[in-house]
Amino acid sequence: MIETGLKRKIFSTLTMGIGILIALLWSMPLIWALIASLRPLNEPFTRGQVWFGSGLSLANYARAFSLAPFGLYFRNTVFLVLMILSVQLVTSSMAGFAFAFYSFKGEKILFTLILTQMMIPTVALLVPNFQTIRVMGLYDTIPAMAIPFWGSAFGTFLLRQSFLGIPRDYGDAAMVDGCKWYQVLWHVYLPMAVPSMIAFSISTVNWHWNSLLWPMIVTQSDNARPLTAGLARFTQLGEIGAQWGLMSAATLIVALPLLILFLVFQKRFMEGYMNSGLK
Amino acid sequence: MKNNKKTTVLPYLLILPTFVFVCIFTIYPTIASFVGSFYQHRLNVPRYREPVFNGLGNYRDIFASADFRMILQNTFVYVLALVPLTILAALFFALWLKNKRFARLRIAIFHPTILPMVSAATIWIFFLTPDYGLFNQFLRLFGYSGAENWISNPNLALMALVLVGFWKEAGFYMIYYLAGVQNLPEDVYEALKLEGAGPLTVFFRFTLPLLRRTTLFVTTVAVIGAFRAIDHVIVMTSGGPSGTSTLLLYQLWKVRFENLNIGQASTITVILVMVLLLFTISNFLLNEKRGEK
Repeated sequence: MIETGLKRKIFSTLTMGIGILIALLWSMPLIWALIASLRPLNEPFTRGQVWFGSGLSLANYARAFSLAPFGLYFRNTVFLVLMILSVQLVTSSMAGFAFAFYSFKGEKILFTLILTQMMIPTVALLVPNFQTIRVMGLYDTIPAMAIPFWGSAFGTFLLRQSFLGIPRDYGDAAMVDGCKWYQVLWHVYLPMAVPSMIAFSISTVNWHWNSLLWPMIVTQSDNARPLTAGLARFTQLGEIGAQWGLMSAATLIVALPLLILFLVFQKRFMEGYMNSGLK
Repeated sequence: MKNNKKTTVLPYLLILPTFVFVCIFTIYPTIASFVGSFYQHRLNVPRYREPVFNGLGNYRDIFASADFRMILQNTFVYVLALVPLTILAALFFALWLKNKRFARLRIAIFHPTILPMVSAATIWIFFLTPDYGLFNQFLRLFGYSGAENWISNPNLALMALVLVGFWKEAGFYMIYYLAGVQNLPEDVYEALKLEGAGPLTVFFRFTLPLLRRTTLFVTTVAVIGAFRAIDHVIVMTSGGPSGTSTLLLYQLWKVRFENLNIGQASTITVILVMVLLLFTISNFLLNEKRGEK
């Protein structure tokens, strides 16, 4: 008995030890970027000289901000993400409610048609979608990046699932009492679907904060460009070359806002993603 | 039980906003791409500035091109290397880290999901730099003495993209497996332990089959995700050297905005959409069939 106890202890220490090692290796890119971004400006990187420089400094961040308007990019990204999220929450909860609460002709076909959006990524259809944005006169604006995502199959699907888990009687009772559909949705269904709404919001914010291709296609000026497209442009500026300190600073300017939110609300984030899987 | 009283116009109105946007940005463009793929339409050739009907010409040209066949091959190699690798790692991490005491380690594995691919790829360019790049230094610890410049080596550039995709996504799929692992019936495992079943037997006879639904879901998401991968191509390799790391979506973007060849870009769109639909539908049918048993 003592022997198995000892064995188990060794095993548990070992899995923890190796686990920590893997976790450290896995985080190395981020750890390195953090450290390298704090090096003084213009200290060359050579073999064995890739971590701390001669001192700590924020000069790389200052330089990055002076070379590109990251403040403006940040504002654009925030607008973009909010513009997508707020509309998606409204459209998806309405559609999800319709599919969960009512039965009507063509329900199945309409649902399937909406779900095609999950199989065919919107960016894959960039040729006609770019044309549509042009025709709408939205090229190089923040709405151009947002509008294609205003209807969300994923959101509709997720909220429908979550509404289906709510006993029908609740909604029916409210209807009998003379509530309108929006009162039923607002007072009965939505409060019970909060975990799904949070899960959906997290994944939408994460997705659009990080997206590059579509914003790159439909913007060309700094007034509309979001952080990701700004960074892609920044890394290609000729004068930057192999200034890794500067590159990591710019990289982190783009990644840190969301990363900090994640570290603060990590439990919410991870549970949110767990909830968004299939049930 | 659904509400079966008189059908009103209300549910249609509730769906309308979502449906309109799906129509404009998914259904219409899919059809438009099909139609467009039968036309010669090139913005930089005066004769073809307006679309001219070309039958199956675009398809003939594209499949006759050795470059395009290489791009198709790259894409399939990318998907077939990345997806199994990522899913295996995700499952491995989930089984390892399912215990509460590893909660902090899960954060480390998961965090690349939160990073924009542009940021991740930029950092990885440094890691893959020859000489002082950390990834090569790390490999040297294990006696690696091979090619160092991954990004400009025709044999390694695609693998560099797989590497970054793997690092970025394994933690994301781990989450779904963690959710699946938590739903596994405890008592079955207790019983198996009492019967003295070895860990390998338990894994292959019970854990893996019980996680089948999760695996199917994760595979679908991962394959669709891999086909639309492009950000790291843009940042790290620009599809090079000489096209050896060009993926389908990257080529589509290039043909449209660099070569200004709309007809050919539409053809590539159709091929991409067909591959995705074929995959999703066969996956779905396979699942339905197995579910019946």
